[in-house]
Amino acid sequence: MIEIDKISKTYDGVTAVDEVSMVVDTATITVIVGTSGSGKTTLLRMINRLVEPSSGEVRINGEATHTVAKTSLRRRIGYAIQGHGLFPHYTVARNIGTVPTLLDWSQEKIDTRVDELLDLFSMQPDKFRDRYPAELSGGQQQRVGVARALASRPDLLLMDEPFGALDPIIRAHAQKDLRHIQRTLGSTIMLVTHDMEEAIQLGDRVAVMDAGRLVQYGTPAEIIQQPATEFVAKMAGGVERPLRLLSLYPVSDIIEEGTAEGEPLDANTCLRDALSICLWSGRDVLPVVNEGVPAGRVTLAAIRARAEGPT
Amino acid sequence: MKSVRAAELRLSLPGLLLAALGFLALLAPFMTLAANRIVAGEGLTAWHLAGPDVTLPGLIAIVSGLILGLFAAWPKARLIGATLGLAGIVWLLSQSASPLLEGAGEYARVSPGLGFWCLLAVLMLVMADAITSLSPGPRTRIALLASMLGLLAIVLGTGLLSDLSIMQEYASRKDAFHAAALRHLTLAFGSLASATAIGIPLGILCYHGPRLRKIALPVLSFLQTIPSLAMFGIMIPLLGWVANSYPAAKAMGIAGVGFAPAFLALLLYSLLPVVANMVAGLQSTPEKARDAARGMGMTTWQLLMRVELPLGLPVILAGLRIALVQNIGLAVIAGLIGGGGFGTFVFQGLNQTATDLILLGALPTVALALTAAILMDVLVELTNPTPRKAS
Ligand SMILES: Nc1ncnc2c1ncn2[C@@H]1O[C@H](COP(=O)(O)OP(=O)(O)OP(=O)(O)O)[C@@H](O)[C@H]1O
Ligand SMILES: [Mg+2]
Repeated sequence: MIEIDKISKTYDGVTAVDEVSMVVDTATITVIVGTSGSGKTTLLRMINRLVEPSSGEVRINGEATHTVAKTSLRRRIGYAIQGHGLFPHYTVARNIGTVPTLLDWSQEKIDTRVDELLDLFSMQPDKFRDRYPAELSGGQQQRVGVARALASRPDLLLMDEPFGALDPIIRAHAQKDLRHIQRTLGSTIMLVTHDMEEAIQLGDRVAVMDAGRLVQYGTPAEIIQQPATEFVAKMAGGVERPLRLLSLYPVSDIIEEGTAEGEPLDANTCLRDALSICLWSGRDVLPVVNEGVPAGRVTLAAIRARAEGPT
Repeated sequence: MKSVRAAELRLSLPGLLLAALGFLALLAPFMTLAANRIVAGEGLTAWHLAGPDVTLPGLIAIVSGLILGLFAAWPKARLIGATLGLAGIVWLLSQSASPLLEGAGEYARVSPGLGFWCLLAVLMLVMADAITSLSPGPRTRIALLASMLGLLAIVLGTGLLSDLSIMQEYASRKDAFHAAALRHLTLAFGSLASATAIGIPLGILCYHGPRLRKIALPVLSFLQTIPSLAMFGIMIPLLGWVANSYPAAKAMGIAGVGFAPAFLALLLYSLLPVVANMVAGLQSTPEKARDAARGMGMTTWQLLMRVELPLGLPVILAGLRIALVQNIGLAVIAGLIGGGGFGTFVFQGLNQTATDLILLGALPTVALALTAAILMDVLVELTNPTPRKAS
């Protein structure tokens, strides 16, 4: 558990982060979202003390971070910097192995881990291991940057716009992988983005920042349905809010008895995709299967009901 | 097809200019014959040096070398041309010296003249230009340098040029020459080593402390602007006083004149390039990489050793290169205050108005500086932290 307690940062009279307090539960993904300059990076960097807070403190599992030596604190926390920050003179393998090397892992163990991570990010180890960052595309560099943050399997991961340079397909893929890694390892992730779509897809909780202040902190559904301010409502997508809301729930949530005509739908599909299929194929009901076995049906009316905002 | 041919035959602009200069230089006296080592000699153009059996092959080699140097598209031809031309001038020099001396009197001296020196410069430039367009890898560059030095050693070692006045000056002071060479190297490399030993830690401190940097760098660049003679002017009384006040210092060989002030002056001069490039090298690490290193828990020392130093190494070595080449040149001044080195001959020669004695000091200095520059350039390239990007 990470407790951020009334933390502020002031640069020469300009407040970058203004009395932010929040509690991040272990084994969850918390996404910090906000416009450019709203203080997201500063907030994140105060957790591993790359920025020293002007006031307030951060506690990790009850231990105040300012009581721990900076270097050992940072070696426990994975950090993917905004814009990769790879070492130009290290190969991909050495870049990824940086923290394990600092932690004195055996070379064999490091090599295995590097290949594992490259595989995970769909980069063939044989092809990429010995390349230099300058020989990678922007998206590949960014994936190596994220892999480097994951290398020592840290319990806590700080990621600053880790998927910014990826195309939509790879990005969706990487988001799914991150989810998967987080679920299997039970890591705690704090991720910064300026993309609300990403925040809603990825976050167990979403923290919205505006001009250095935390304006709302809640589940994605809360952010969409009960935006605390005009600003949050605008961030949450304005007219697109119903669609975003639908994307949060799987079909299995509103499944009902019965059958229907046509191509069936998997129970894990999100409601937004189900709606899309209804509209595209001109059907009002869709059959649902669960792992190939017929499981009932879903109706357009039920989907609509889930998309309604508070009245 | 036609356009390809035209491109291949295109003439290189520097080649044209150099060839024009080369032909002009051929009109100037190629060698001079003097009654003794002090008086000014009489100039002789290349075709007046000896019989056609000597002059013709030499002239043909020089002319065809200059012509080969014209082709923009064929750097290899230009390189061969330069080599051929150099062979031509060395041939003329070596073959005509003894016939010229015959019957010219006991004290007569022959020396290379204006024409020779101009041709030498022109052909070296053709060669440098050709090598630049070939852009050879570090290994080839070392091999080229080694073969040039090897050829020079053969020409000198076999006594081909021993009738020249400069070689006679050498022959009459062999031991002094070798001692001077050793002293020159000691001065240049010793002061560089000390400057490195002081400059690297100082550079690191300056890099981490902006306040120290704001004091140290201006002081060092001020030192650099002091003319070398003025520097000795300060050093001589200062060290003289130290030697007189502290017998221990005197016992270590510190004195107002001689080796100590020369060494100290060179050391002071080389501090600026070493420290300034050290700071610039460390600063060249991308801010993001430095940030990531800190974020992953590297200590300041680990950041320095694993990231900042390796990334800054080419810039740091470039600083050492500047300091070394500068020291080799400046060490000549040591000759003025009894510090030894090649400068001894330069200043003796100046006193005696014996040009060839001056050259005996100056030419090895130039050769040494050139060699050091080429070697250091290769070293800078080899330390490129992302090797494949460069190739
Ligand atoms: N080292 C610094 N010195 C002075 N001001 C700073 C410094 N770092 C950040 N700031 C200021 O603090 C504010 C918040 O910056 P921060 O980098 O946290 O924004 P951000 O939300 O991450 O923006 P982006 O989405 O563009 O990355 C900005 O106004 C910025 O100019
Ligand atoms: Mg940022």
